[in-house]
Amino acid sequence: MRSEAGLPVPAPSPTAETAEFWAATARGTLLLPRCDECSTVIWYPRVFCPACGSQTVSWIEASGRGIIYSFTVARRGMGPYKDAAPYAVAYVELEEGPRIMTNVVDDDPGSLEVGMPVQVVFHDTGEGSALYRFRRAGGGDR
Amino acid sequence: MSIRGKAYIVGAFEHPRREIPDRSLTQIHADVALGALADAGLSLGDVDAYFCDSGAGFGPLSMAEYLGLRCSIVDSTETGGSSYLAHVGHAAAAIAAGKCQVALVTLAGKPRSSFEGFRGFQGEATPESSFEGMWGINGAVTNYALAATRHMHEFGTTSEQLATIKVAASLHAEHNPNAFLPHAVTVEEVLESPMVSDPLHRMDCCVVTDGGGAVIVASPSVARDLARPMVKVLGHGETVKHTNNGRVDLTYTGAVWSGPRAFDEAGLGPADVDYASIYDSFTITVLETLEDLGFCDKGKGGEFVMDGALVAPHGRLPFNTDGGGLCNNHPGNRGGMTKIIEAVRQLRGEAHPAVQVPNCRIALAHGTGGSIATRMGSVTLLLGQEDA
Ligand SMILES: [Zn+2]
Repeated sequence: MRSEAGLPVPAPSPTAETAEFWAATARGTLLLPRCDECSTVIWYPRVFCPACGSQTVSWIEASGRGIIYSFTVARRGMGPYKDAAPYAVAYVELEEGPRIMTNVVDDDPGSLEVGMPVQVVFHDTGEGSALYRFRRAGGGDR
Repeated sequence: MSIRGKAYIVGAFEHPRREIPDRSLTQIHADVALGALADAGLSLGDVDAYFCDSGAGFGPLSMAEYLGLRCSIVDSTETGGSSYLAHVGHAAAAIAAGKCQVALVTLAGKPRSSFEGFRGFQGEATPESSFEGMWGINGAVTNYALAATRHMHEFGTTSEQLATIKVAASLHAEHNPNAFLPHAVTVEEVLESPMVSDPLHRMDCCVVTDGGGAVIVASPSVARDLARPMVKVLGHGETVKHTNNGRVDLTYTGAVWSGPRAFDEAGLGPADVDYASIYDSFTITVLETLEDLGFCDKGKGGEFVMDGALVAPHGRLPFNTDGGGLCNNHPGNRGGMTKIIEAVRQLRGEAHPAVQVPNCRIALAHGTGGSIATRMGSVTLLLGQEDA
């Protein structure tokens, strides 16, 4: 699969622990596990709280809003990304706290900046999941 | 209990070749094992402990049989390119505890000529792989570029400052006939080399080489009977720094924890270090590590490396006098072993005369395995001459 932005959409490998997370992405929802014991929001998704050791978590819906914590423009790609360069790989800091690795999709990735507000978008893998990526917030659908 | 003075590095050997299509991975392990034993004046029959990574077959199980070793201690601690520094620390602890007398540590890899020895994911993938493997990460450089961008954002670090680290390494590599890139480069040449992943250029990246190396760690009683200059293990610190439940901070490395542990054990501080082998997978790795080990304040690494500070023999902190991973050798995509070996050369007074640090009594070797943008194994060793 390729997204409308030209990036490949490789499918993840859900496990018993992450199936709920990935099924939600196919519905356009970004879920975050939150610990039932200490309320810590957890990343990467797992049914374990690294803050307190609890194995009971609930899935909360992220707002999808965040800011760019850091990014890089890959000038060449490998594997499924062989013909995709240039593209931006980033850490986006979600409103809920976690800094998550992702792509920021943009016509001019070199003009992105640390601290820029971004909003989640979903790119369907065709295998019952979608990749959560981000665009500049307020930039419409470009 | 401390390991200070309880063990010595008595043998060291770096494979002289950088592209080795005609020898198997196990042959290269054997080449470097025999090389280090010959350097020490010992033989395979003297070895009673063996350390290697997971790259060769089933680690020590496969290699102990291949080499014909009879061991009372084996260890395949896998922290990426820093594994061998951890192995030296673990070997020293085992020797101090009386578990063994002569420990062999080997590294071999062939990423340049083949994928032999490269093991992809076996069984279930790592738990983070579906959340990091989907975004077009190109090996390590994309990750390290994320760290460089953030460091520049917070502290104003510049590409010129990063390039200065490469230039210093290249000035040392000029004196190493085995170096993969034996020619000096300028800041301008680094900045004009192709951008690989902003803000890192091709020349901000280490070389990709076949090869390997080995060291022998031995008890004081064994070391005293050997002819070579004695290199004392003074301190060791290690840690894993990871993404911290999604609260990753890209501006520092695990050296903030491994460094103080090693300095404490050695009873030393950064000002005591005469020579430093600093892991240099990328220029940004060196810059952050110098700050984290306390050679300068956090955020001041860019200023610290200017004005020839890293250039041997007379810079404030001569580093990587073999040319490092940036210019000399990064065998198997793992730079830790060569960091130990060059520190041993410096303490023995056997570095190239043009880069030998005068009266080098205390050396530091630091490894950073994995990735500074996600999870890394950080290991610091302090080594010294016999009177240190
Ligand atoms: Zn918890």
